[in-house]
Amino acid sequence: MSINTPALNGKSLKRRSSYTDTNLLLIITIAVFIVMYVCAVVFLKKGFTKPQMFFNILNENASLLVLSCGMTLVMITGGIDISVGQVTSLVCMACAVHLEQNGGNVFTSILLALGIGLAFGIVQGFLVAYLEFQPFIVTLAGLFFAKGLTTIISSDRISVTNEAFVKLCRYEVTIPFLGSVNKKGIFIPAYVEIGVVVALVLVVLLFCMLRWTKLGRNFYAVGGNNQSANMLGINVKLTKFLAHVLCGLCAGIGGYLFFLHACSGSPLHAQGAEMNAIASSIIGGTLLSGGVGNIAGTLFGVLSLSTIKMIVTSLGFDDPWWTNITVALMLCIFLLVQSVILSRKNKTKK
Amino acid sequence: MSTNEKAISSSNSVKSFFAKIVRNQLFIPIAALLLLIIFNFAADIILHADTSFFKIVLEPSSTGNMVLSGNLITIIDNASELALLAIGMTLVTSASGGQDISVGATIAIAGSTILRIVKGYSPDISGAKFAAVIIGAFLLSVIVSALFGAFNGALVAYFKIQPMVATLILFTAGRSIAAWINNNDNISINDTRFGYFGNFIPGIPVPTPVFITIICIIVIALVLKFTNLRLYSQAVGINASSSRLNGINPKTIKLLSFIILGICVAVCGLIKVSRTSSITYAVIANNIEMDAILAVALGGNNLGGGKFNMTASVLGAYVIQFLTTTLFRMKVSSSAISAYKAIVVILLIIMSSPFIRKWLADRKNRRLAAKAGSNVRKEVA
Amino acid sequence: MIEGAVLEMRGICKYFPGVRALEKVDFTLREGEIHALMGENGAGKSTLIKVLTGVYPMDGGEVMLSDHFVHIRSPQDAQNVGIATVYQEITLCPNLTVAENMYIGRTKGVLTDWRMMNSSAGRLLEELGIPVSPKEQLGNCSIAVQQMVAIARAVDMDCKVLILDEPTSSLDEQEVQKLFNLMRDLKKKGVGIIFVTHFLEQVYEVCDRITVLRDGKLVGEYVIEDLPRVQLVSKMLGKDFDDMADIKTEGDADRIDLSELPVYQANNLTGTTGIKPFDFEIHAGEVNGFTGLLGSGRSESVRAIFGADRVVGGTVKMHGKTVKIRKPLDAMKHGISYLPEDRKLDGIVGDLSVRDNIILALQVMKGFFRPFSRAQAERFADYYIKLLNIKTASQDTPIKSLSGGNQQKVILARWLLADPVYLILDEPTRGIDVGTKVEIQKLVLKLAAEGKSVTFISSEIDEMIRTCSRLIVMRDGKVVGELKGDDLNQNKIMATIAGGES
Repeated sequence: MSINTPALNGKSLKRRSSYTDTNLLLIITIAVFIVMYVCAVVFLKKGFTKPQMFFNILNENASLLVLSCGMTLVMITGGIDISVGQVTSLVCMACAVHLEQNGGNVFTSILLALGIGLAFGIVQGFLVAYLEFQPFIVTLAGLFFAKGLTTIISSDRISVTNEAFVKLCRYEVTIPFLGSVNKKGIFIPAYVEIGVVVALVLVVLLFCMLRWTKLGRNFYAVGGNNQSANMLGINVKLTKFLAHVLCGLCAGIGGYLFFLHACSGSPLHAQGAEMNAIASSIIGGTLLSGGVGNIAGTLFGVLSLSTIKMIVTSLGFDDPWWTNITVALMLCIFLLVQSVILSRKNKTKK
Repeated sequence: MSTNEKAISSSNSVKSFFAKIVRNQLFIPIAALLLLIIFNFAADIILHADTSFFKIVLEPSSTGNMVLSGNLITIIDNASELALLAIGMTLVTSASGGQDISVGATIAIAGSTILRIVKGYSPDISGAKFAAVIIGAFLLSVIVSALFGAFNGALVAYFKIQPMVATLILFTAGRSIAAWINNNDNISINDTRFGYFGNFIPGIPVPTPVFITIICIIVIALVLKFTNLRLYSQAVGINASSSRLNGINPKTIKLLSFIILGICVAVCGLIKVSRTSSITYAVIANNIEMDAILAVALGGNNLGGGKFNMTASVLGAYVIQFLTTTLFRMKVSSSAISAYKAIVVILLIIMSSPFIRKWLADRKNRRLAAKAGSNVRKEVA
Repeated sequence: MIEGAVLEMRGICKYFPGVRALEKVDFTLREGEIHALMGENGAGKSTLIKVLTGVYPMDGGEVMLSDHFVHIRSPQDAQNVGIATVYQEITLCPNLTVAENMYIGRTKGVLTDWRMMNSSAGRLLEELGIPVSPKEQLGNCSIAVQQMVAIARAVDMDCKVLILDEPTSSLDEQEVQKLFNLMRDLKKKGVGIIFVTHFLEQVYEVCDRITVLRDGKLVGEYVIEDLPRVQLVSKMLGKDFDDMADIKTEGDADRIDLSELPVYQANNLTGTTGIKPFDFEIHAGEVNGFTGLLGSGRSESVRAIFGADRVVGGTVKMHGKTVKIRKPLDAMKHGISYLPEDRKLDGIVGDLSVRDNIILALQVMKGFFRPFSRAQAERFADYYIKLLNIKTASQDTPIKSLSGGNQQKVILARWLLADPVYLILDEPTRGIDVGTKVEIQKLVLKLAAEGKSVTFISSEIDEMIRTCSRLIVMRDGKVVGELKGDDLNQNKIMATIAGGES
C-alpha cells in the first residue's frame, strides 16, 4: 500500500511581488503625498511654493503626529485607541491649571503630562490585554472618562502666562538655508516650533523601535496572527499591554505638544483628534486588521491629511465643515482600498 | 460523556429560585432601577425630609396648558430618544457584533433635513397643509437617515470593516454634513405647532415623545413577533458562516439592521429638533452614542453580538436617563457626567467579560478532573 | 520515571464545554526515539500536544521532563524547557518575513539583528533544501514552503523534545523524505520526537514506538515490531478488523431502481475551491460516499453540490429538470440538505437554544415574514428530541452546552425537519462517541430505506463500507474512481486512494 501525499497545485507556488505588505502600502502613501503636494505647488501656488508652508504644516500638526504614532503602534497589534484626543485635552487642562493655579513649573508639568498619559495607557492596556475586553469599548470609556475629568477640572479656557513656559512656546528653531524672500527683499529663514523637533525625534525613535527591537517585531507578530504569535513563544498579553502603554505615553507627549502650541487649556482642545490620528494611520498604510504598518507611513499620512485640508481651504472651501468632510472622505477611500486589497489577498490564498 | 452530562443536568435541577432570578436578563436593569429609586428616596428623606423627587403634579406650563410635571415625567420624556436608539442599536449589535458610533451625528443630519424643509413655510399655513409639510419633511429625513444607515451597513457587511471603524467616518463627518445641509445657518422655527412633537400637544398632559416612543416600541414588538428578524439577526451574530449554510444571507441581515437603526435615528431627529424648534449642529444629541451603547450593555446584551433582549435594552435606556437625572440632582455638571458613566461601562464589561467566564469554566473543569482522579483511585483500591 | 525517558505525562485530563477531550492519558517519550501518536479524528492527539505545549491549560495530571516536574503554562514556557513544536495548522505570522518567522520569540537580547538573522536563516534553508529567500514575506509563500519553514524553525532550536503534529499533510513525497532524513539525524543526537500523522505508511517507515489514543483515552503503548498494521487500525477504531467485514449491509443495492431518473444529477460542476469540474448523480434510496485523503476535495465537492461555495459552471438536474443552484437557499428549496464537516464553525449556532437550532433551516425556507408559532416550534423540537434521543436538559438549553454527539444530532434533526429528498452528511461521526456513531449510521440506512438519497462522508473507511453502496474516490481535487459491490473493501479503497496497487 503506497499513499502519495498530495502535492500542492502549481498555482499556489507561483511567486508574486516580493514587497512586504508594509512596504507596498508605504510606497502608495508616499506617492499620494508627493503627488498632492506637487499638484498644490503647481496649480495653487499661493503659499505652497514657500518652504515655510511645509513647516507650518509640521508646526500645526506636531501633536497629531505623535498621537498618530501611538495609534499606529496599537493598530499594528490589532487594537485601537480612541481615547487619545480626549487625553490630549485632559493633559492640556491639567497642565494649564498646574502652571497657573497651583504654581507648578515647566518641568513638573511635563511630568504631569507623561503621568496622565501613562496612567491611561496602563489601565486601558490592562483591561484590553489581560481581561480581554474589546479595545474599542474600553477606550471609548476612556474617552468619556477623560472628557468628564477635563470639565471637572475646569469648564473654561485657561490661558497660561507662566514666563518660562511662554518662552518655551515661542521658541523657534530656524532651519538653515531654507526660507523665502519677502517683498522688501529680506531673506526670512523658515522655522519650526520646538514641538516639531520633539515629534520628529519621537518618530525616529519609534521607527527604530519597530524595525530593530524585538518588542517592535513582536508587535507585528501579534497583529499578524494572535494565536500563531502565542505559539511562536511571544507573550501576546504583555505585548498588547505594552502597545497600549506606549500609546498612552504618546498621548501624554502629544498632549503636551498640543499644550505648547496652544499655550492654554480648554475642554474644546483636540476635539476629534482621535479621528485624525486614526485616519492618518490608515492613510499611512496601517491595516485595521493589524500586523501591517509603519511609522514612516504614519508621518506621510499626517502630512497628506494636513496637506489636503490646506488645499481644500485654499480652494475657497473655507467653511469649517469641509475639512471634516474631507477627512472622512479620505478615511473612507483608504478603508475601501484596504478592504479590497485584503479580500483579494484572501482569495488568491485559497 | 456521561459524567459531563450528569453535571449539566444536576446543576439544572438544583438551580434555585434565586439563581433563576439573577440569571434573568432583566435582572441587571431592574436591579439598577430599584437601586436608583431607593437612593433617591433615601436622599429625599435625609436631605429634604419629603419625597419631592417622585412627586408628579398637574400644573400649567409656560404656554398655559395643564401638563404633568415632575422628575419622573422628565426622565420618561427625556429618555425617549435613548429608548428609540436602544432599539436600533440592539439589532445592530446583535447582527454585526459591533456598535454604531455615528448615531449622534446622523441625528444631526436627520434634524437638519427636517428643518431645511420646514423652514421654508410661513407659520400661518393651515393645519392640513402644515401636517403635510411635517409628514413630507419627516419622510425625507427617514429616507436620508436610512441611506446613511445603509452606507454604514454596506461598509460593515460588504467590505467587512469593523462596525465601530466604519461608523467612524460618519461620526467625523456627520455634524459637518448636517451643517452643510442648512448652509450652517442657525435656523429656528417660529411655528409653535412644530414644537408639538418634542413637547406637549395642547390639551394632552403627557409629553408627546412618550407617545412616539410607545408607538415605536409597539411597532418593533410587532415586527419581532411577526417576522423572523430576531432569529435571523441572532443567528448571524452568533455564527455567520453557519447561518449562510442555512440559507440566511448574513450581509442582507447586517445591512437591514443598520437601516432599521437609521429609521430610529430619523425619529430621534424629529423629536430633538422639535424640542427646541432649532438646531445647534455641534451640540445636538451630543454623546448620545455612548448612552445608547450603555443602554444595550446595561440590558445584559452581549456587545459582541448574538442573543439579545429588546425589553432589557429599552429598560436600560430609561435606567440611564434616571442615572443622568440623579447625577444632575447631585449637582454634577452636565459635561462631567460622562466620567461617571464611563466607570459604569467599565464595571459592566468587567462583569460580562470573556476572561471571567473562562476563569469560571476552568474552575469547573478542574473539579471534573479531580473527580475523574478520585475515580481512578477507587478503581485501584 | 521510566529508564531513558525525556518526557513523561501522567493522568492528563482536559475538558471542553460538553466534550471530554482527554481523560487520564499517560504518555512516555524516551531519549533518541521517534514515537508515533495515533488515533482517529477527535481521539485527542492534537489536544494532548496542545496541553503539553501550554496552549491549553490542563485540567489535571502532571508532566515530567528529564526527571523534573514542570508546569508549562504557555508556549513560551514549553520553548524554554526545550520542547519545539510544529503544529497541524500553520502557526506562523503571514505578515513577517521567512527569516523573522524562524527566529522571532526565541532569540536573546533586545535588538533584532537582521543581517545575522537573514544569513543564518539562509544557511539553514539551503541546508534543508527549502527553495525560498529568507527576506520573502511568509504570506506570499506556498503552504508547503510555509510548513517547511515551521519545521526549520523547530529543528533549529536546541530542543530535547520535538513535536511534529501532522507536518506532512501538505508536503510532497520528496519533501517528506527530506523531513524523515532530518528526523533520523536528530534521533541520533538523542532528541525525542513525537510524530503525529494519518499516514500509516510513514509511521512504519520512521517510528520506533506507537501510542494509540481513542475517544480521549489511552489504548496502549506498543513497540512498532509488535504491532502489525491491521492490529494498529483495529486498536485505533476500537474493534477487531475481522469483525468489520461482517457488518456490511445487504440488499440495498438491489432496491435502487437505476432506470428511474436520478434525484440529483450534475454535469461538469465547477467550483472555485480548487477542485476539478466533476460529474455526479444519485438515485432515490441510494447511499453513496465520497472518500479520499484530507484535502483531496471530498468536502469541496459536496459543498459545490449544495452551493456553499461559489459555483461558476456546470448544469444541475433534479428529477430530470434543470435547476439553478447558486447559493444554499436554492439547494434547500430543491430539497437538498447539507450537514457540514466542521460542526462548530459551520453547523451549530452556539448560543441559540436547541429548539431554535432545530427549526432554523425549515424556518428560513418558510420565509422571513412567516415565523412558526412558539407552540409549533416546540412540537417540532419535542418530536425530534424524542426521535433522535437527544440528551438535553430542555429545549431552551443553548446548543453549545450539549456534548458533541448530541450537538450533531440536533443538526441532523434540523435537516430531517427540512424533509429533504437528498441529504448530504459530511463527517457526521467526527469527534463524537461510539454509541452515537452507530446510531447515526443506522439512521442513514433507515432514511435510505424510506427512499431518500444520502451522501455520506467519513474519514473512517469502515463506516463508509458499512453504510454506502457506492463510493466515489478523490485525489488532488479529481474524481479518480468509483467503487461498488465487491470492490467495497478496505484494500481496494486504499489502493484507489493511493493510485497504485497495494
